[in-house]
Amino acid sequence: MGGALGLGTASRDFAALNRATCSSHLAFGEMREATTWSGALIRTVTTAALVLLLTAMLAGAEPLTIKIGYVGRAEKKATISLLDYPPDNDGVAGARLALEDNNTTGKFLDQRFVMEEARVKDGADPTDTILRLADHGISFFIVDLSADMLLKAAEAGRGRGLVFFNAGAIDDRLREEDCRADVIHTAPTRSMLADGLAQYLVFKRWLRWLLVVGSHDNDKLFADALRRAAGRFGARIVEQRVFEDTGGARRTDSGLVQIQRQIPLFLQGAPAHDVVVAADESEVFASYLPYRTRDPRPVAGSAGLIPKSWDAAHDQWGANQLQNRFMQSFSRRMTALDMQAWSAARMIGEAATRVKSGDPHTILAYLKGPDFGLAAFKGQKLTLRDWNLQLRQPILLADGRTIVSVSPQEGFLHQFSELDTLGIDRPETKCRLK
Amino acid sequence: MKPGTAMWLRTIGGICVAFVLAGNARAYKAYVSNEKSNTISVIDTAERKVVGTIKVGQRPRGIAITRDQKYVLVAVGDDDTIQMIDTASNRVVDTLPSGPDPELFTDDPSGRLLYVANENDNTVTIIDIERRARLGDVEVGVEPEGMGLSPDGKILVNTSETTNMAHFIDTATHQIVANILVDARPRFAQFKDDGSELWVSSEIGGTVSVIDPLKRVVKNKISFTVPGMRQEAIQPVGIAITHDGKTGFVALGPANRIAVIDGTSHQVQKFLLVGQRVWHMAFTPDEKYLLTTNGVSNDVSVIDVAALKVIDTIQVGELPWGVAISQR
Repeated sequence: MGGALGLGTASRDFAALNRATCSSHLAFGEMREATTWSGALIRTVTTAALVLLLTAMLAGAEPLTIKIGYVGRAEKKATISLLDYPPDNDGVAGARLALEDNNTTGKFLDQRFVMEEARVKDGADPTDTILRLADHGISFFIVDLSADMLLKAAEAGRGRGLVFFNAGAIDDRLREEDCRADVIHTAPTRSMLADGLAQYLVFKRWLRWLLVVGSHDNDKLFADALRRAAGRFGARIVEQRVFEDTGGARRTDSGLVQIQRQIPLFLQGAPAHDVVVAADESEVFASYLPYRTRDPRPVAGSAGLIPKSWDAAHDQWGANQLQNRFMQSFSRRMTALDMQAWSAARMIGEAATRVKSGDPHTILAYLKGPDFGLAAFKGQKLTLRDWNLQLRQPILLADGRTIVSVSPQEGFLHQFSELDTLGIDRPETKCRLK
Repeated sequence: MKPGTAMWLRTIGGICVAFVLAGNARAYKAYVSNEKSNTISVIDTAERKVVGTIKVGQRPRGIAITRDQKYVLVAVGDDDTIQMIDTASNRVVDTLPSGPDPELFTDDPSGRLLYVANENDNTVTIIDIERRARLGDVEVGVEPEGMGLSPDGKILVNTSETTNMAHFIDTATHQIVANILVDARPRFAQFKDDGSELWVSSEIGGTVSVIDPLKRVVKNKISFTVPGMRQEAIQPVGIAITHDGKTGFVALGPANRIAVIDGTSHQVQKFLLVGQRVWHMAFTPDEKYLLTTNGVSNDVSVIDVAALKVIDTIQVGELPWGVAISQR
């Protein structure tokens, strides 16, 4: 590995090209002497050959272009807090910043990264979008779609050698029974998020959890992950309550008058608990819990102390620089989805730098291999779980103002990597990569 | 002679030797930047005690002493400048115009120019120290950090943390003449005094690349395995190499250890347990001692270079990061 690269190499190429061009002019001049029909034929053939040769050489001098597709959701999800409302370029902005980073490196290596963006409506079939982008020469796809749509997208690419990066879907099943050898996951799983939170609550000895679950499928999946985490790390769910989504607007002119009466009523009569843990990915009620609980208890999960891959307040391990670069480029703060997309685009860049190629097979092989590690401002390198292509990563615990802690917590040991104390581990996996 | 007498004589002899040594130990000043306290702790290296504390700007990290020994320069990243501390008065007397968020820097052999890595804008700034003037910028990779100058002053090496390269910059033309790919998040660059090797540490990659500065290729890569320690905790940062080039020291960050490396074979000889999250190092000018900054335990470890032993720990300010030692 290593070697002198970049500008020196490029200028040598140009010198070679100049020499070739000069000598071809010379040859062309000599040909003009010929006056016969055969001479004219020779002249034509030679000219054609020269044009071909020059075209080929010019192509060689151009930087290697690596094309990336970003396929995101057309709709934005509703949130309780205005502060959490997703920006229009949520996710894709992260990928764009990584592309800039890749291109800064690329200018030293004669590599260029470009990106095309597409949006797919919720529930629609993304097949046509994927095929259209693939026809533009795109082999790498950063995808923020629901689990089912992601699987359809990947299926559309089967046999075409496309590589997918799941930056948005946190469903464990995509890394388990529905795992694929051409889908890499930069988004953490629900079980990783739940384990990251559970380790901290156990460290705090907040062992008795009152679990409040939303009525949507995703909420139930997060509750499953939290229940599993409690079991693994020695916490106890004293009771579980379901908060039914009866519909209704998240913002009303009458305001919060009723909510501060409803929440204590909903939580009354619960057994003694140390913490209220909420599973509400659908953003129906969790953000209403802090400061409104019946008993004065902290809230964690979908509100209060939230486990996530990234947060606007994260500034450790050089993260400050990334946050500054992001702010300068997009005039807003960086979200978890931005970070997950940034990681995907940087993985492509990092691999292309190392293997000096834009070939999807070569890049995928490098990412799956033992030499790959991503520097992602999390205090240690991020690597891929080779059994299901999930990016190992620490989980940040954010309260909306600061980073309270980062899991894995001290003392949660693992024979291979402490990051594998988060989420479903190799011995339990249902994934068979194909 | 009775055995008892011999022991007595030995003891008295020992005391005398110790006395003479203490009398001979040159006192240098070590300046330690405390990233969190916004102060510099001044250590008397003979007494191994903090003898003064200097208030500086926000987030002091990179620190060095000018060749004429008149000033301590400290990069205060969150104030986007480099402060100059008068070594006579221990006061901040002036600033140098770096780019945004300066972190590490190095001066040229004449002591006239300062080369500064600015983490926030992908440039290396060149400063005329005497005139306090910014002479120009060189565009490098993403998040420039480590700075090393070849002993002849002709080649400046800058490492960029996200681009993962050591950029070779011709100091006469300010042009990049080579880019050498190293492992992830390169943080520090150190030439041997004879210019025969350049060592670059990769914090996330967990390695030190040994580069041949003439051929401009990585000729060796040093990795570290500490028994019972997870690999992710091994994060090489600061590097110090003895004048004769025979021994190298590499700070391993959260592994809380300094690796001692044979300068010729590049084999790891030994690990020295220091404080928590060790960042950077500096030798006393006589090379008897090596001081390390331990970020999380708020102290400085003193290593006896000949014995390769940690002999003392000095409490400093909060989150010590860089260290520079006066030449007299």
